[in-house]
Amino acid sequence: MPRLSADCRHMVSFTLNGAPVSGEAEPRMLLSDFLRYVVGATGTHVGCEHGLCGACTVEIDGQPGRACLTLAVQVRGAQIRTVEGLAPAPDRLSVLQECFREHHGLQCGFCTPGILVTLDALLRDNPAASEPEIREALAGHLCRCTGYVSIMRAALAAQQRLGKKTDA
Amino acid sequence: MDVTADEPRPWLGRSLPRVEDAALLIGRGRYIDDLGVPPGTLHAAILRSPHGHAEIVSIDPTRARALPGVTAVLVGSDVQAHSASLLVGVKAPIECWPIATDRVRYVGEPVAVVAARDRYVAEDALDLIEVAYRPLPAVIDPRAALAPDAPVLHPGLEGNLASDRVFRYGDPERAFADAAHRVAIEVDYPRSACTPIETYGVVAEYDPGLDAYDVLANFQGPFSIHAVIARALKVPGNRLRLRTPPDSGGSFGVKQGVFPYIVLIALAARATGRPVKWIEDRLEHLAASTCATNRFTRLEAAVAADGRITALTWDQIEDCGAHLRAPEPATLYRMHGNMTGAYDIRNVSIRNRVVLTNKMPTGLNRGFGGPQVYFPLERLMQRIAHELGLDPLDVIRRNLVPRGAFPYRTASGALLDSGDYAAAMESALLQGGVAELIARRDAARRDGRLYGIGYAAVVEPSVSNMGYITTVLTAAERRKAGPKNGAQSTATIALDPVGSVTVHVASVPQGQGHRTVLAQVVADVLGLKPAEVRVVTDVDTAKDGWSIASGNYSSRFAPAVTGAAHLAAMRLRERLAHIAAAQLNVPAVDVVFDGGRVQARRNRDNALSFARVAAASHWAPGTLPSEADTAIRETVFWTPPELTAPNDADEINSSLCHGFIFDICAVEIDRVTAEVRIDRYVSMHDCGRMLHPGMVAGQVNGGFAHALGAALLEEHAYGPDGSLLTGTLADYLIPTAMEVPEPLILHHETPSPLTPLGAKGVGEGNCMSTPVCIANAVADALGVADVSLPLLPARLAQQVHGPEKAPRGKTPVRPAAKEAASERQLFGEGEASVDAPATTIWAMLLDPNALMAVVPGAHAIEKVSDTCFTAEITLGIGPVKGRYRATMELSDLDPPRALTLTGSADGALGFGRGTGQVTLREEAPGRTVIGYRYQAAIGGKVASIGGRLLDGAARVIIGQFFASLARQAGGGGRPAGLWAWLRRLLGFA
Repeated sequence: MPRLSADCRHMVSFTLNGAPVSGEAEPRMLLSDFLRYVVGATGTHVGCEHGLCGACTVEIDGQPGRACLTLAVQVRGAQIRTVEGLAPAPDRLSVLQECFREHHGLQCGFCTPGILVTLDALLRDNPAASEPEIREALAGHLCRCTGYVSIMRAALAAQQRLGKKTDA
Repeated sequence: MDVTADEPRPWLGRSLPRVEDAALLIGRGRYIDDLGVPPGTLHAAILRSPHGHAEIVSIDPTRARALPGVTAVLVGSDVQAHSASLLVGVKAPIECWPIATDRVRYVGEPVAVVAARDRYVAEDALDLIEVAYRPLPAVIDPRAALAPDAPVLHPGLEGNLASDRVFRYGDPERAFADAAHRVAIEVDYPRSACTPIETYGVVAEYDPGLDAYDVLANFQGPFSIHAVIARALKVPGNRLRLRTPPDSGGSFGVKQGVFPYIVLIALAARATGRPVKWIEDRLEHLAASTCATNRFTRLEAAVAADGRITALTWDQIEDCGAHLRAPEPATLYRMHGNMTGAYDIRNVSIRNRVVLTNKMPTGLNRGFGGPQVYFPLERLMQRIAHELGLDPLDVIRRNLVPRGAFPYRTASGALLDSGDYAAAMESALLQGGVAELIARRDAARRDGRLYGIGYAAVVEPSVSNMGYITTVLTAAERRKAGPKNGAQSTATIALDPVGSVTVHVASVPQGQGHRTVLAQVVADVLGLKPAEVRVVTDVDTAKDGWSIASGNYSSRFAPAVTGAAHLAAMRLRERLAHIAAAQLNVPAVDVVFDGGRVQARRNRDNALSFARVAAASHWAPGTLPSEADTAIRETVFWTPPELTAPNDADEINSSLCHGFIFDICAVEIDRVTAEVRIDRYVSMHDCGRMLHPGMVAGQVNGGFAHALGAALLEEHAYGPDGSLLTGTLADYLIPTAMEVPEPLILHHETPSPLTPLGAKGVGEGNCMSTPVCIANAVADALGVADVSLPLLPARLAQQVHGPEKAPRGKTPVRPAAKEAASERQLFGEGEASVDAPATTIWAMLLDPNALMAVVPGAHAIEKVSDTCFTAEITLGIGPVKGRYRATMELSDLDPPRALTLTGSADGALGFGRGTGQVTLREEAPGRTVIGYRYQAAIGGKVASIGGRLLDGAARVIIGQFFASLARQAGGGGRPAGLWAWLRRLLGFA
């Protein structure tokens, strides 16, 4: 990684949900702030900036990660996927999103983007994930509204529906 | 005007998908931090107190103001210059400022506000503000706060008691005199909060021409607080435009507490002449947003031989933290009509005291006042059964308000609107499988396992009477202030020129699906599909209908707000029916709204489209049968007549609706780890008519998870010196999917006769019932009388295993001085052997300049005296760079045998102070043993966010410091110093 000057802004470019984005950032700028305030992708939420609540989870080169613990300059050239990139079209929800809607898997929706990113990656990388595996993946996210019951239901329903889709 | 059913109506009562969800699921929510701000908006950061209690000796913002990008720094005097103290709800000589003025009273209290180009620069500037504090003794415990020698927070009060009232209903003295038994319980209920994942946010603008403020904040209500803010800002209500964003990331009461920050940020906007935005961070939230009160309660019951309770005596000491902030002491009075819970008890005496301590000021939190009341009450029910040798279920049965007694007026004035508590309870026992659980418990106990069952019966109040808080005043004070009562809810329905329907309410949801349910309510009345009804729930006090009761609290949406919307829709429909009647040539009573059409009842082909009728008042007012039939916009305000002001006997119907909950909990406690595992949780609810069963389940599950956290994990923990110990979500433990089981939710519906749609609140009940139900199960499992929350394994381990024994071999090092015991202290000792004579080492120790010189980043070294030096050190830890003021002093010199080394450092990340007693002993010529004993205290941010790591790691580091000192004196090893120690210590932040 090149040495960066703390006092300067540096050009940061990466791929966000399949499209190129770029902007300037001081080396200390968090990826969460860059996404929200520089790029304007406000779907990724910030709940603690300590890496604990999981609301800011985004996919960085195929792996879910905390945008609040990542500096913008660290993801130059990376493939970033956020909640805005999960739906197949602006007016159509993904299977996972649809299941959240059907099963009331969200209330205030603030933690939801991070949870969707984590579950989307889990169900893609481990389509046969067991109930405890799904629960454990979910344990990296704090939700204060639902008590997790409906989120688990939505995740299991999505897994089943995605499985059927693959089988067909 | 029938609502007939060729459509799948009614929509109400069905779990339709939520209209809110589509946007939220694709990242298109509109939370406060997602909304654009005007060009030139500044960003605020807030400097906060690292001390629980300290006098502010001086504040110097000069260097912060000089930082490029900084527009303004506001300190207490700047705030006082343009505002007034926030109103305090009791008659007492205390003020409540949103920022510290002469002293700080809790960790996290605002001390200065910086407005700068961006948040990063604003936070840089915080580090440049120099504040000198003189620490004062702190008081944390509500009972200790009442002691005559307790530190006093507000000198005007001459103590820490802000309110003391005694109430008496029936003849409790006689009931106690006649009672066969007296059973008592004492409870220290801890602090916790429902901690929304979205933190507070405020964007404020000031118009100097109008002397008016325009504020956007994720405030949740009650809008009675609007009056408090306007008064603090010294403007009439019409010069404070308060708006809320369309979406809010959870609140659960907590976002009521944003209002002091509204005042602060509004004043920053005034000072800078620019819009100012502030988004709270998580540490700020955990330290200085708001939380539920902690409370000490002594509750005693007069009990007949069969377990029937004839009287209750409550003694409650409510801890509201450092300031009595509006609407406190409401937590203490919200339940005032319900102090007998679900029971028929006619004689009650209550003493309510409100105290102030060096902790975060309290406010609204889900369950508001309920957990603090039901924990002692339902623990007492179990204790009565235990002490009288009765079945706890029989004790509950014998005391429940009997079926057929509704509406039932409680001793302290609440009107229990409807219910059949006995039937709900028996149904819960049957469906919840209690017989099986008891068999399971018997089997577990035979195996030597710790298994217990607990119960809780709870009345869940909803729709608060805005007058209940005045019960804190005496009848004479109330007469002087004028009556306060009622709860105005409002809804507006508008028809636009193409006849589509928009509903507006001031209910300020934070995820409760209000838009979905209101669309169902209005669609049912107007014969439309819910998707055809647009609902808007963000509030603008300059343009919308609202009242002091507006907002999202006391579970008022389902019982009250939907009712107002229903009434507004009915009125509008009546006018539309008149308009249609003229065109259909039928009487208005024969007009039917169905399927998007307005039809004649007896000839459905004689019909108009709804849109045509609905648009008529726009396009052709001249064709309306009369002016009174104009149907463009209808606003309804609805307040239930049952919500009257407290009477002279202090009887108060504190809430309109009263749901009923009966919970059953079965737990097993691990004999080794003392961890509580919930085997089964059953929650029976009577919340009246259910408007959307899916959302009811969501509310119960969510409330249950909050309560589970409060019962097992969560506490805003403070050290005895006032240090906040839970400043991150790794310290303040919120349950995850791994900890929350799925409760069995049951229902027994008795619609409320007092609400337009028969609904009652449902969102808060489990926060009242579940903590004590789990505690009762744990007490049953352990066979103990005392259980206190949170039921952490570390706490229960003492009851499972007995008190921990001291480790063998080593004598623990204890504090030398008595006062040291009141601080969060670290202790240690050790020794190191050095190949040098004692005189050489002595000379080195006596040259602080030499020690100082090896500290990296030290500059501006000043020699105060031969034995005292000060320095400024700049420390970079990862991406966080901070500046500290450091002092080192040598004392108690006994050359060349002993001295005391005292060091301290203060900076943005907190403060550390350490004292070491160093002894030199020549064990052989040219060979010296350096012995050391130290004690150190750490506070501020490091204590709040690093507490988990601090104790163990600091011990290692301090030990290493003295070992390095020895090495350096001996001429070997790396140079090290006290500063290196402090630097590394602070590096943990």
